[in-house]
Amino acid sequence: MFFIFLTSGLFLGWSLGANDAANIYGTAVGSKMVKFRTAAILASVFILLGAVIGGAGAAHTLGKLGSVNAIAGSFTVAFAAALTVAWMTKLKLPVSTSQSVVGAIIGWNFFSNSVTDYNSLTKIMLSWLASPILAATISVIMFKMMQKMIEKSSVHIITQDMFTRLGLIIFGAFASYSLGANNIANVMGVFVDVSPFKDISFYGLFKLTNIQILFAFGGIAIGVGVFTYSKKVMMTVGDGLVKLSPIAALIVVLSQAIVLFLFSSEGLEHWLYTHGLPTIPLVPVSSSQTVIGAVIGIGLAKGGRNIQYKTLGRIASGWVSTPLIAGIVSFTTLFFIQNVFQQEVYTPVRYKLTQSGLSKINNKLLKNEKIKKSLDKIIDKNFENSIALKNELSKNVKNYNLVLKLIAQSRIYKIKVDYPKLIDIPDLNYNKAQLKGIKRINGNTYDYKWQLYEDLSKSKPWKLKKKSIENKLYNKSLKKRLNFLYHTFKIKN
Amino acid sequence: MLPFKKTKALEQKIDNFLDLILKSSLVLEAAVKSYLKSNMEDFNIRIEEITKIEHEADKDRKYVETELYTYSLMPESRGDVLGLLENLDKIIDTSKEVLYNFLIETPKIPDEFKKGYVELTEQTTKSVENLVLAARAYFVSSLMVKDYITKVEFYESEVDKITTTLRTNIFRSESLKLSEKQHLRFFTHTIERISDMAEDVSERISISVIKRSI
Repeated sequence: MFFIFLTSGLFLGWSLGANDAANIYGTAVGSKMVKFRTAAILASVFILLGAVIGGAGAAHTLGKLGSVNAIAGSFTVAFAAALTVAWMTKLKLPVSTSQSVVGAIIGWNFFSNSVTDYNSLTKIMLSWLASPILAATISVIMFKMMQKMIEKSSVHIITQDMFTRLGLIIFGAFASYSLGANNIANVMGVFVDVSPFKDISFYGLFKLTNIQILFAFGGIAIGVGVFTYSKKVMMTVGDGLVKLSPIAALIVVLSQAIVLFLFSSEGLEHWLYTHGLPTIPLVPVSSSQTVIGAVIGIGLAKGGRNIQYKTLGRIASGWVSTPLIAGIVSFTTLFFIQNVFQQEVYTPVRYKLTQSGLSKINNKLLKNEKIKKSLDKIIDKNFENSIALKNELSKNVKNYNLVLKLIAQSRIYKIKVDYPKLIDIPDLNYNKAQLKGIKRINGNTYDYKWQLYEDLSKSKPWKLKKKSIENKLYNKSLKKRLNFLYHTFKIKN
Repeated sequence: MLPFKKTKALEQKIDNFLDLILKSSLVLEAAVKSYLKSNMEDFNIRIEEITKIEHEADKDRKYVETELYTYSLMPESRGDVLGLLENLDKIIDTSKEVLYNFLIETPKIPDEFKKGYVELTEQTTKSVENLVLAARAYFVSSLMVKDYITKVEFYESEVDKITTTLRTNIFRSESLKLSEKQHLRFFTHTIERISDMAEDVSERISISVIKRSI
C-alpha cells in the first residue's frame, strides 16, 4: 500500500528532474558545450548521491512547517505539488518545486485544521528571496574576476574551450549533488514521517538509514525525469531564455552550485556554528530562481542593458501564484481523497494544556495576571485541533512565539517506552550512558512528548544544555535523537 | 571531449597556419623584387615556394576544420574561427595568383616605376604581417588585437596612396602605349587587392572579438 501512495512522490520527483535539473545543465547543453547524454547521466548520478548522502539537512525545516501525519495525506500533498509543477511547466510559467510543495503543505494544514508555523514559513520565504539575490551577487563577482583573468592569462581559445567544458561538467556535477541534497526534501519530505523502510546494511560495507532509502527512491525518480523530459526544458533554458557565452554559462552553473550548497550543507552549518558565525537556514530553495538570479547577475555585470524586466516580474509573481495554486489544488484534492475515496488524509491530533505542562514553560509573560487567568480557564480542556486551541489562546496571549510554544506543549502524543525496539535498529549510534537512560524508563507511558523528555533528562546524557552558541550544535543533535525516540515509541491512542 | 594533448596539437596547427600566411607575404615581396631585378632564377624558386606554402596551408586548415567539427569545439565561435581561417587562406591564394600573373604575362615595367612597385609590395606585406599578429592576438584573447588592426588599416591606406600616385604617373607617361599602361595598372591593382583583403579580414576579427567577449 505504501508503494501505491509513494507514486505521487515519484511523480513529483519526475517533474523535479524534468524541470529543475534542466536549470543546471540547461546553459551548457543549450550552448552545445556539453552533450545531452553526458549531462543527463551526470545530473542523475549526482542528484541521487546528493539526495542519499546530504539530503537530511533541508528535510528538517520542511517538517517543522507541517507534519503530514497520514500516508494518504502525504500522497495527496505530493500529488498536488507535482500536478502544479507539471501543469505550470506545460503552460511555460516559471515554477519552482519548493514553492509548490510548501503551498501544498499549507493546504494540508488548512484542511486538517493545523496551525502553520509562520516562523518557519517566513524563514523559507526569505530564503526564496535570498537565493536569487545571492546567486546574482556571486555571478557578478565571478564574471568580473573571469574577465580580468582571461585578459591577463593569454590562454589559447582552444585550451580555454577545453577548460570551460571541463568546468561545466565538474561544476554541473557539484550543482546536481547540491540540488539533490537540497531539493530531495521537497520530493520525499512529506513521506518521512510515514516511511515503512528499515535501515539496511550492505554486507557491513555501508549502511543506509530508512530515510536514505526513501530518498534514494526519490533520487531515482528524479533521474527518470531528467532522461525522459528535461531535454526540451534544457533547450528552452539554454537557448530560448537568454543567449549566454560558454564562459557565462560556466559562471551561472557555478553560482547556482554554490547557492544550493550553502542552503543544504550540514557540514558548512557545523563549521559556521563552531566558528561562532551566523548560519544559513537549511531550507529547500528553488533552482529555477537561483539560475535566473545568476543569469541576471551576468546581465548586470555586462552593464544591465539586456535585462528583461518583464521576465523578472513574471518570476516574482510566481512567488505568490505557485504556492497559492498548489495550496488550492492540495486542499481540493484532499477533500476528494477523503470524501470520495474514503481515505484518512490526516490523523486527528488533540490538544490539552495541563497545569504541569504549563509550569514547564519558562516565560516572563506567564507571570502576567491577565494571561495567567485566561490560561487557567483552558487548563484540562480538550481541543479538537490546533486551530481551535490557537484561536482560544490568541484572545489573550499576543506573543506569537509563546502561542506556538503553548500549542506544542498541549499536543497529546501517546508514547510507550519499549527498549527492545531500539536493539533491532542497526547503526543506532547511542552511547552506553544514553542507552542506560532509556532502559531506566523502559515500560513507562506518557501522554506528551515533554513528559518523556522530563523523565529521560534525569539522566545527564539526555539533558539539553543551556541555550548558547557553543551548545547549539550539541542541542541540535540531541533534539534529533529525541525526535527519533518520540517517533519510534509512538503508540496509537 | 578533446584530450589535453590533442588540444595542444590543434593549437600548434593553427599557429603553423598563421606562420604560413606570414611566409607567403614575405615570399611575395621577395619574388616581386627579384622580378623587378630581372632575376628570373630566384623568381622561379619563389613561385615553387609559394605553391608549397599554399598546399601546406590548405592541409592545415582542413585538419583544424575537421577537428573543430568532430569534437564540436567552441560551438559559439567555431563559425568565426573557421571563417577567419578561410579568409586568411585566400590571402595566400591571391599572393600565388599575383606571382603567376607575373610569370605568365611578364609585364614590362619601366625603371621609373620600379620604385613604386617595390613600395607597394612592401606596404602590402606589412599589412599582412600585422593581420597575422592580430589573428594570433585574437586566438589568445589578448587586448593587443586592437593595436594590430589599427596598423593593418594604416598600411592599407598607405597602399591606396601609393597605388593612386603610381597609377597617375603611369597614365601621365608619354612613352607608354595605352595597352602597356593598362597592363601596368592591372598589376598595381592585383597587388593592392591583397591589402584590401587583409583589411577585410581584420574587420572580421574585430567583430569576432566583440562577439567573443564573455
